[in-house]
Amino acid sequence: MHVFKFSGKTLALDPITGTLLEVDDLAGEVLKLWHHLIPEEITAVLSARYSVCDLAEALSEVEELVAAGLLDAIMPPEPVPTDASVGQVKALCLHVAHDCNLRCRYCFAGTGNFGCERTIMDTATGRAAIDFLLRSSGPRRHLEVDFFGGEPLLNFPVVRDIVAYGEEQAAKFGKVIRFTLTTNATLLDDAVIEFLNDKQMAVVLSLDGREAVNDRMRPLADGAGSYSAVSQAVREFVKRRNGENYYVRGTYTAHNLDFATDVMHLYNLGLRELSIEPVVGGAGESYTLTQDHLAALCREYERLADFYLAKQDEGDPFNFFHFNMATYGGPCFGKRVSGCGAGCDYLAVTPAGDLYPCHQFVGQQEFAMGSVYTGVTATSLVSEFGRANLYRKPECLRCFAKFFCSGGCHAHAYHSNGTILQPDALHCELQKKRIEIALGISAFRNVQ
Amino acid sequence: MNKHIKVIAWGTIKSTAACKECQTAVGNQVCN
Repeated sequence: MHVFKFSGKTLALDPITGTLLEVDDLAGEVLKLWHHLIPEEITAVLSARYSVCDLAEALSEVEELVAAGLLDAIMPPEPVPTDASVGQVKALCLHVAHDCNLRCRYCFAGTGNFGCERTIMDTATGRAAIDFLLRSSGPRRHLEVDFFGGEPLLNFPVVRDIVAYGEEQAAKFGKVIRFTLTTNATLLDDAVIEFLNDKQMAVVLSLDGREAVNDRMRPLADGAGSYSAVSQAVREFVKRRNGENYYVRGTYTAHNLDFATDVMHLYNLGLRELSIEPVVGGAGESYTLTQDHLAALCREYERLADFYLAKQDEGDPFNFFHFNMATYGGPCFGKRVSGCGAGCDYLAVTPAGDLYPCHQFVGQQEFAMGSVYTGVTATSLVSEFGRANLYRKPECLRCFAKFFCSGGCHAHAYHSNGTILQPDALHCELQKKRIEIALGISAFRNVQ
Repeated sequence: MNKHIKVIAWGTIKSTAACKECQTAVGNQVCN
């Protein structure tokens, strides 16, 4: 059992079932010991500080929960996918532009070109990617295509063509493709906005928060700051889609450990669908996050949670990406075990049509998987990523957050530790903190 | 009425122990 504090409450999570409890101090201590000692031993350990009568009551309540199946220490056997489902693709990240009009200092795409020549995808390759997705998706009906880069709106005519072609072809297969787009918001003119709204396309808009914070890391190609134009464009865009179906997504670095203030800044701009996330990579750079920053970052997430709950109480709430957590429902066990599906269900496509496990592996030749013309040729990589689930990650199996995190990001793991099987330690700790807060917020919400 | 423990959410994770029709993510995917 994982027992933790949130906003004055003591909460307990059963990591195997997902049962979430609010407990007093006594029950919290009993639950911490429950899977390690028998009831008589728990009584002996705690009887110096609690009455035997209270201990008997708390133990009885725990036994009721066990009898109801709400607490369980036994991990189910690993789900084994049927042969037919292996290699069925569900989602593509289409890099329609390996070019960008910003020069973000922390960009894992190396200022947009992924360390290669600046190129854009042509129509033929875009259509071939759609064909590849439809013929590789087996019986799956709900498919996804994300327009990514670089800056995808540098190649808007091809985006428009791919959407039209994708809709037409998907209908022939009896499938539905959900299109999304990630943009730096510098090229959102009337034609683009009308198209994105007409297609009801979910859009992720990049903005880091306060002007000085944003402009330090996100300059234009000529070195000038991007905040002024981007913040105005983002607000206009959100207004023109009635505040729906978008996320404003920023990155925090060692330069703004007070990132909750940046979330507050975005909130004060009238934005309500928000995500500010830790920078990845950049080892040794002045902006790089390290274990030395962990305590400050955890405190900052607590400060953000206070702001989140305050706005909820005031009746003008906002969504924060990492605080969204379904304590009821949520995905099935198989999805919780396997996570994002990079390398098997989900692939990235370069402007030339080459396939990689996800956008953060693009350009690394050891992860080249084939092309939209040849299909997946590196079947060993499909197997490697398919097997890289919770059951292959000993640290994850011991972790309370495993079914809410699904083992972390393969790319973070590989770039930190040289293997996709060992999650990045700092991102693990941050994820655990965010999951505690998300569970805490859901506890408040459920009580209300 | 329990004195020491209040159930906030009944855990259902093991009940399905994947069609993958849900949106690519993790703890907030919406399922069939």
